[in-house]
Amino acid sequence: MSFASILIQLLNGLAAASSLFLVSAGLSLIFGVTRIVNFAHGSLYMLGLYIAYSLIEMLGRTPLGFWGGVVLAALAVGLVGIVIETAVLRRIYRAPELFQLLATFAIVLVIKDAALFAWGPEDLVGPRAPGLGGAVEILGKRIPVYDLLLIAIGPLVLAIMHLLLRRTRWGALVRAATQDREMVGALGVDQAKLFTSVFFVGAVLAGLGGALQIPREPANLDLDLSVIADAFVVTVVGGLGSLGGALLAAVLIGVAKAFCIGLGFSKLTLVAEFVIMGVVLVARPYGLLGKPQAVARTAGEAPPPLSPPRWQFPVGWIAVLAVIPLLTDQYVSVVLIDIACFALFAVSLHFIMGPAGMVSFGHAAYFGLGAYAGAVLFKKAGLPMEAALLLAPFCAGLFAVVYGWFCVRLSGVYLAMLTLAFAQISWSIVFQWDALTGGSNGMVGIWPAAWLADKGVYYYVALGLCGAGIAVLWRVLFSPFGYVLRAGRDSPLRAEAIGIDVRGFQWAAFVLAGTCAGLAGAVFAFSKGSISPSVVSIGQSTDGLVMVLLGGVDTLVGPVVGAAVFTWLRDALARETDFWRAGLGLVILLIVLLFPQGLVGGLKALYARWRAA
Amino acid sequence: MLTRNRLLAGAAALAALSAIAPVSAQEPIKIGELNSYKVFSAFLDPYKKGMELAVEEVNAAGGVLGRKIEVVSRDDNGNPADAVRAGEELLTREKVAFLIGTFPSNVGLAVADFAKQKKTLFIAAEPLTDKIVWDAGNAYTFRLRTSTYMQTAMLIPDAAKLKKKRWAIVYPNYEYGQSATAAFKKLLKEKQPDVEFVAEQAPPLGKIDAGAVAQALADAKPDAIFSSLFGPDLAKFVREGSQRGLFKGVEVFDLLGGEPEYLDPLKDEAPVGWYVTGYPWYDIKTAEHKKFLDAYQAKFKDYPRLGSIVGYSTVLTAAAAIKKAGALDQEKLVAAMKGLQVGTPFGPVTFRELDHQSTMGAYVGRIGLKDGKGIMTDWRFVDGKDALPSDADVKKMRPAN
Amino acid sequence: MSAVLQVEGLRKAFGGVQAVADVSFAVDAGELLALIGPNGAGKSTCFNMLNGQLAPDNGVVRLGGRDIVGLSPRAIWRLGVGRTFQITATFSSLSVRENIQMALYSHAGRLRALFARFGAALVPEADALLEQVGMLDQATRPCGVLAYGDLKRVELAMALANQPRLLLMDEPTAGMAPRERVALMELTARLARARGIAVLFTEHDMDVVFGQADRIVVLDRGVLIAGGTPEEVRTNEAVRAVYLGSAH
Repeated sequence: MSFASILIQLLNGLAAASSLFLVSAGLSLIFGVTRIVNFAHGSLYMLGLYIAYSLIEMLGRTPLGFWGGVVLAALAVGLVGIVIETAVLRRIYRAPELFQLLATFAIVLVIKDAALFAWGPEDLVGPRAPGLGGAVEILGKRIPVYDLLLIAIGPLVLAIMHLLLRRTRWGALVRAATQDREMVGALGVDQAKLFTSVFFVGAVLAGLGGALQIPREPANLDLDLSVIADAFVVTVVGGLGSLGGALLAAVLIGVAKAFCIGLGFSKLTLVAEFVIMGVVLVARPYGLLGKPQAVARTAGEAPPPLSPPRWQFPVGWIAVLAVIPLLTDQYVSVVLIDIACFALFAVSLHFIMGPAGMVSFGHAAYFGLGAYAGAVLFKKAGLPMEAALLLAPFCAGLFAVVYGWFCVRLSGVYLAMLTLAFAQISWSIVFQWDALTGGSNGMVGIWPAAWLADKGVYYYVALGLCGAGIAVLWRVLFSPFGYVLRAGRDSPLRAEAIGIDVRGFQWAAFVLAGTCAGLAGAVFAFSKGSISPSVVSIGQSTDGLVMVLLGGVDTLVGPVVGAAVFTWLRDALARETDFWRAGLGLVILLIVLLFPQGLVGGLKALYARWRAA
Repeated sequence: MLTRNRLLAGAAALAALSAIAPVSAQEPIKIGELNSYKVFSAFLDPYKKGMELAVEEVNAAGGVLGRKIEVVSRDDNGNPADAVRAGEELLTREKVAFLIGTFPSNVGLAVADFAKQKKTLFIAAEPLTDKIVWDAGNAYTFRLRTSTYMQTAMLIPDAAKLKKKRWAIVYPNYEYGQSATAAFKKLLKEKQPDVEFVAEQAPPLGKIDAGAVAQALADAKPDAIFSSLFGPDLAKFVREGSQRGLFKGVEVFDLLGGEPEYLDPLKDEAPVGWYVTGYPWYDIKTAEHKKFLDAYQAKFKDYPRLGSIVGYSTVLTAAAAIKKAGALDQEKLVAAMKGLQVGTPFGPVTFRELDHQSTMGAYVGRIGLKDGKGIMTDWRFVDGKDALPSDADVKKMRPAN
Repeated sequence: MSAVLQVEGLRKAFGGVQAVADVSFAVDAGELLALIGPNGAGKSTCFNMLNGQLAPDNGVVRLGGRDIVGLSPRAIWRLGVGRTFQITATFSSLSVRENIQMALYSHAGRLRALFARFGAALVPEADALLEQVGMLDQATRPCGVLAYGDLKRVELAMALANQPRLLLMDEPTAGMAPRERVALMELTARLARARGIAVLFTEHDMDVVFGQADRIVVLDRGVLIAGGTPEEVRTNEAVRAVYLGSAH
């Protein structure tokens, strides 16, 4: 690369960093104050783009129309943020940590279908910025004027935010709440108002980030999820709650990507940010400019104790599940196999995120690697299908050994994001290693052995294996080992003080959970006959989280119920309506508002009230 | 006595009903359809409309085997596992005769393999991957759409004619882009052995960092560029590239750039002079296309996209296969598909016995501007059969069964 | 050497600030030693160097003659050191009895069992400890719902579970009502003397300190300024100066 090329790629990276910074700053602000992992932040960005597009079309492609459109779009998105906060999130602040994530996940689904309904499926290419549509020549290379403007906007917004936070009472409250959420309540501040205002500002930043992309990015329906992952990464790499860190991280990632491209390693951009995040988190557990989190788990209410199920419970269910195929059509078995796999997947996720207190955003890594291990052992190593199926979980477990070793060194959202980094790195390897994994196409022809070919027979095998996995995990939860996990979650300090190596136990738990998720993945792969990288994707990880939270993270059977309800709902709704995503989102929102403890938690509470009455 | 009489009367009525059933009260023939409607809605929305039109026409003409046809659609979420589950549901619960559809290659391949396992006919509509009929081909799977290889091959004559030496390549980093690139390099090298590939950029699908990519390509000083970008990636690349002067004095080929789905969003910024394959619906004067166009516009008050053609032709293929087979028996249907001729808006196509690929062609031309909109100019229709490798080569790639 | 804990020349600086400078003292078996001093005197820093959470820059910490500097909190616990915290640290989703059992299981090295049922074993031992601290009647309640004073008792019982030689208690009565404070420290003193446990504690409440400690050492700005029996300390001029000077 010549000097001129290096300079231009540097500028490209800085321009790309600008919008990323705006979105991430909003996300960081919201998380800092409300501790909500706002999954819908990418949707707000997407809305910013769409609304700006429509406004500019309406106001005319003049400078006033363009900039008026951008600013109004940002404010409109801010209003959407207010609606989300007041209509949904405010009602569930007291729910277990991360439960709000479920609500924001539902909002993502609703906004996506709403945008499809309002703007249609076609990509909308917005106008160039009037008067700024050209390019300037720097060292003989041309760079769009608008890019230079974007480069300036990032630091400008940082400066404005800095002033707001340092010089106003609102800013002081935001900073206080970021440090210590309880303190704000103690100060006699109206917490609801503060949260609403923070959501508004965060949403405006996301909307502005989107609207400013009008000249660079067509409005399309995939933006929400592609942006949210990047924004999470930037937020975490920069350090939660640190706006300067967010800018630094956005620049680091933007520039790194530009140089990957400039140096001819464009395939690396698929995973560059996740590699950077992994390295940063291993070296600096709180991000570049972050400080240790005040409390890992929402202080105050302790999770309720877990109680083991009575023996009638499993026996009853086994009996019911055993006769179902005899009474129903074959498709019920097909759905139940899916549910069995997802139930074990969700239970294994719950194992580490509930009792052990280690939230994973990347649990699909083990599910997917188990699935791929089964497929590779079967197709490439030529093992009999039965052997491949039984060995696959241990391959996933091996990855959990490596990934877990790093992850248990962190806590809270940082831990969650490191799991995501490992999952994405795994995904990108699976996605690109054509010779071994079939690359983006995946692998086909992974069918079970002849004696298992019948879905009815495979149903019993799947049920047996997944049921055994769940039984093992539940049994372990009530063993001394399982109690240690809960102890380590409740008070790592006390656990160390009575001679417990918390990290060691957490690591072992990680491996056990990973192995069980791998079993679920392998059973899943052989039930489908084919696999593709989507089994390792963020979407798969998110599904797991949604299942656990939907059922109730503080209950034992919650994850199973969540897996069953979510799988069944998605299957049933997809058949009933074109707008099934919005339907699914609305149903989840309803559950979230009615049962802030998850389905099982909520039903338990209802039952207790009924008994008391 | 009374009750007994009533029962008898009822039974007689039932018997009478079942006797006349074949003509009027018979259930329609259900065809199971899978697609990623939510994930690739820009293409699949018109596709669905195309299907609806075809179903309407087939049924208006009396259906097939004396029965109406009905397409039962399922959204597979762009996910092979969901597609396979939906396939199970269609076969076991809806009792569909066979399967059609799918868009992304990984879903297409998964459903193809599923069809093989279930010994059920599958007519893949859109997946472009070459593998579905070649490396991973199977006895039960047929594919309608002009494949990646075929479309690339259609652009080769123009590319070779230019005698450009330094080529840069940009493609979305997944199987379609990789295959297109591999095919392009191989075919061009055969025609023009002194060709040099000076830069290659493979941005992730949907996440191109267009400014950096355009700059990196420009740094390589290419004489020509071959791109297989589409959708938002293409729009971003076009805008950044033109702002940065990447395309000045450089010939550009884009594999799918002429499809209205991807060309129309560019509006007046459509890159004039690019070589593309696509669908100049406004200019095609053949009788079969005019009939389709009129019916489509009358029904939907909208113009067709390429997806409309694919959806429409897929359903026509399904109907033709049933008609030719004369029954819904899978082996008969598969036998009927071999060598089946179907009249599509693009003219007649044949499903080759050799590899189950249809000979559907494509329109090759250059992008022009008219009334602030991108159009295809100087286009010609290339028949699919002229863009396929030799039979011997195909046999080598395709597994024996 | 009869001292259970012997501290010699302990030093720690943060940046340029000498938080603890050349501190030496010893605690004997069955003895209660109070470490007192005004806020910021270096008590917590001192404490954290004894329990392994913080590495000293210099100095020796001997437990029964063995140097424990550089050992982790876990390893120090294994050598027979029990701890209570300024802000109680218990397992809030576990019952009181399970909390104690956890410490007992750990002491017995039985935590790694994957399939055994937790809670089945060591019940009499746990109940005996709860009996001693007066918490047996609340054995099945989750710690998350206990009153603060009760949590302190649970902590004490947990700290006693590994039959420690030394108890380190950081502000053991902080946040408790005055009557409860004396009761808790009387209980601690009784148990310590009966079992010959050395106790080192920091404390703000002077009634508790002068009423219960056998000896007192006084820290000010990282330096040990006085030490001796409560009577000696009470009359020490330097101590009076520090406390009067710092009294608002």
